Amino acid sequence: MLRAKHKTGLVFFPAFDWAISPTHPEREERLLYTQDQVFEEGVTDIDGVFEFKPDIATVQDIRRVHFCVPDEWKVITESHLISAGGAKTIGISVMEKKVDRGFALVRPPGHHAMRVVHGARGFCNINIEAIMIEYLRRKYGVNRVAIVDTDCHHGDGTQDIYWHDPDTLFISMHQDGRTLYPGTGFHYELGGPTAIGSTINIPLPPRTSAEGFLYVTENVVRPILDEFKPELVVNSAGQDNHYTDPITNMLFSAQGYARLTELLQPDIAVLEGGYSIEGALPYVNVGIILAMAGLDYSKVQEPDYEPEKIKQSRDVTRMIETVSGQIMQYWGKRREYHEKSMNSGKEFSDRDRSVYYDTDDIMETQKERIRICPDCSGVVRIDSSTDSGRRILAIRIPRKACKKCSELGYEWCEAGASEDFGGIYLQDAVRDQYFAHKKN
Amino acid sequence: MIIGLDVGGTNTDVVLLNDEGIVRQVKVPTNQTDLLHSVWMGLEEVTRDIPPESIHRAVLSTTLTTNCVAECKLTPVGMIVSSGPGIDPECYRTGEHYFAVAGSIDHRGREIQPVDAAEIEAIASRLRSEGVRHVGVAGKFSIRNPKHELQIEEILGSDFDYVILGHRISGNLSFPRRIATAHVNAAVYPTHKRFFEAVRDSLARKGFTFPIYVLKADGGTISFDTALDYPGQSILSGPAASVMGSLPFASDAEETLVLDVGGTTTDMAVLIRNAPLLDPVGIDMGGFKTLIRALKTQSIGLGGESVVRIADGALKIGPDRQGPAMAYGGPAPTVTDALFVLGQLSGGDVDAARRGLTPLAEKMGASVEEAADRIFDHACKTIMRAAADMIADVNSKPVYTVHELLDGYQVKPTEVLVLGGPAPYFAMRFAALTDFHVTVVPQWQVANAIGAALARTTCEITLFVDTERGIASIPEEAYYQPIKKDFDREKAIELAYEMLRQKALRFGAEPGDLDVELLEDVEFNMVRGFYTTGRIIRVRVQIKPGLIHQYRSIAGMLTSYCPIGARS
Ligand SMILES: [Zn+2]
Ligand SMILES: [Zn+2]
Repeated sequence: MLRAKHKTGLVFFPAFDWAISPTHPEREERLLYTQDQVFEEGVTDIDGVFEFKPDIATVQDIRRVHFCVPDEWKVITESHLISAGGAKTIGISVMEKKVDRGFALVRPPGHHAMRVVHGARGFCNINIEAIMIEYLRRKYGVNRVAIVDTDCHHGDGTQDIYWHDPDTLFISMHQDGRTLYPGTGFHYELGGPTAIGSTINIPLPPRTSAEGFLYVTENVVRPILDEFKPELVVNSAGQDNHYTDPITNMLFSAQGYARLTELLQPDIAVLEGGYSIEGALPYVNVGIILAMAGLDYSKVQEPDYEPEKIKQSRDVTRMIETVSGQIMQYWGKRREYHEKSMNSGKEFSDRDRSVYYDTDDIMETQKERIRICPDCSGVVRIDSSTDSGRRILAIRIPRKACKKCSELGYEWCEAGASEDFGGIYLQDAVRDQYFAHKKN
Repeated sequence: MIIGLDVGGTNTDVVLLNDEGIVRQVKVPTNQTDLLHSVWMGLEEVTRDIPPESIHRAVLSTTLTTNCVAECKLTPVGMIVSSGPGIDPECYRTGEHYFAVAGSIDHRGREIQPVDAAEIEAIASRLRSEGVRHVGVAGKFSIRNPKHELQIEEILGSDFDYVILGHRISGNLSFPRRIATAHVNAAVYPTHKRFFEAVRDSLARKGFTFPIYVLKADGGTISFDTALDYPGQSILSGPAASVMGSLPFASDAEETLVLDVGGTTTDMAVLIRNAPLLDPVGIDMGGFKTLIRALKTQSIGLGGESVVRIADGALKIGPDRQGPAMAYGGPAPTVTDALFVLGQLSGGDVDAARRGLTPLAEKMGASVEEAADRIFDHACKTIMRAAADMIADVNSKPVYTVHELLDGYQVKPTEVLVLGGPAPYFAMRFAALTDFHVTVVPQWQVANAIGAALARTTCEITLFVDTERGIASIPEEAYYQPIKKDFDREKAIELAYEMLRQKALRFGAEPGDLDVELLEDVEFNMVRGFYTTGRIIRVRVQIKPGLIHQYRSIAGMLTSYCPIGARS
């Protein structure tokens, strides 16, 4: 009899009737073979493995995380609410101790969705991990959370959402941004001026194999997690690092993913990308589920698995060792950097940037301002405009905002009324409130 | 006329029905160590002085499989499993003669690794030398491509008494359940063969030549011969018999809850638009999770003869039975004794019932009548709570499309049908406690046997189409055919229905009883690169469990029939 060592919850939501477009990688068929494999392996019959029906996330859940422009229903479909809801179901089951851990095998994915949402980026509309985490924080008072993103693409959406949050450690390992979408996630991206060191990026060279992934897991991710001491570890479990993935260039395997999961010991895993729908996903997902449940996964292999053929080169190994060393150096000095940033003498820090929504072909320009506050992580103001002529003001008062930052947030909001904004939005995370004022 | 026979834990019930209702009903004690004797006694009595040619069929619901499993009287089975990558097949070992062999098929039905003929030959000779006569063969994804199971069957040859192939059992996925189900079928085969042959010989000696059917766990019947090919299917047919017996009395309510209050257990099932709800995958029984089609039922250890006690200051009923109620000379107070004290039952020793309840009443600080009322109330509430749990469980079943999830179909019965020994008294209390419309099934004492008599033949098939590979297959029917690229969903459904009808007729269905239903019908475009390269179509169809058409009209007459000797 198979009995899970760790009680493991699963939400399986393949959205068999939803696609971005008929031939898009994010289409109905994506999890079909995975479902077949998971069902044929009898995974949900294992003693200690439980399958849950996903909840449906609410608009309020989204508003804790995003500014959807012009509103939520213009940028999402029901399937996004179910996908985020599925992640939430796993989070709730873990918090309420129905299970020790859980895995939300859901689609569509979410890790490219940023704080402001004008449309879809990298197949993502809303950030399902962030929606879950902010719900758990509100409902159960969770404070310190770590997100480890093992998708092949840089989790730029999650990074953006938590850029200014010192209580959320975001670690992303991904194919080097110089060689793959979205082109970001360099090792020197370490977080905003009030949260330096809470973002960690591990860019990996193309053709990195299990050896490299496990090396950074053991030598970078694990030690940082151990020091950060999160209450919850969330894994954005993208599977497009696989050697058969059609849109990336890595050499990772089902065995490797399972081992990585075992090393990471996530409380919650959420499926992100992965587009080798026949050759990889069925095996990788079974491997991850078994690893989460603490069961033997040694016989879970792709039919064409030949470890010799997917070994990484020595150059790759050297590059990974070098970048890992640099990251650990940054991590070691993070307090120093933080001090320096906080004592820069400036009250505000500004940054300008552009965000491209590839799926919906929208170019957004942001002017962001954060208060470098000695008492909290600082109120944030985003002036966002798109090439389609839309301009909005978004203000976020963080969860632990001091009185001054809270007041400033509302002042900015009022002042915005006299400016030329199509909409003004305010997230008050202290009071769990959201205000949207649309002019047209 | 037709016969229905249900072997229960205590009694075997038999009815003889004609177009006008019950002609005769018989109850004989069940002899668990000699079921054949009980069956034969029942058949003999119910057919006494009946001309053989006037009987058209008999349906038997037996506990043969259930007993074999429960008492571990399972014949040694050689299990040959080929798994390919995934969970270690050693986890599913069924016993000593279990062989995980080479050979692998993937989720699309493509061969990844061939069978090793020499390995199978060696296993075959080893089984022969060890005297193992029954073999199960199960391959991972064999329902997508049965090639390996068929090859193994061929290598095994004709030296074995029984060889069952996993892909013939069910079109549902689950390799571990395929192994368990093949094993159960093979392990109970010899017992069934002996039993079936004995029944047939005995009937033949009496000049009876009518066809015999067996009731399955899904509330449907199959011919004796087919039942012998898959003897596991009759596992736990008892609850199915009662549920089918209640079917004529369900109103037109969308959803109905059926409660069968027995001596030590209460069995629950759900009817949706007059058809019983089935378990989505297969029955769990005695530690075996199987692919055997079955009604979705739930059983709790609380019935009329469950012992009542006060434990840690709280009232506790069951799950044990120590004998009959004290009113009938039993050793410990039961729910039935509470009914005696409340004056709802007669024909027993009321004083004994009072004596039994008195110490309980003292502990409760209540009068004996009050105690009896609380006991009865507690029993009813416990049953209703378990029913609510079961319905919640049905409603929490995951779905996999946005449409179904948003649609959020929820089972919400508005009606309860109660049957079993103390049914009328329980029914009254259920009605008082809940908003349900509560009805007692008339003839509740023999509803099980009536259900067996009237059940129609059921079966199910699953059709898989993969136009990229150019294959259509119906594993249970050993159908595996090439198809053209233009094969579409409409053609698939048509083919599935046609094959289903053929199967049903072969299993003994009457042509007028083919009530077909489409259970699942999905289609996926396969895209490779940026082009649609094919389609995957999956169609699952069934003959719905229900009553045989010819006798549907007798339901009304059953309501007015008052059997002699019925307690009321
Ligand atoms: Zn990705
Ligand atoms: Zn502040």
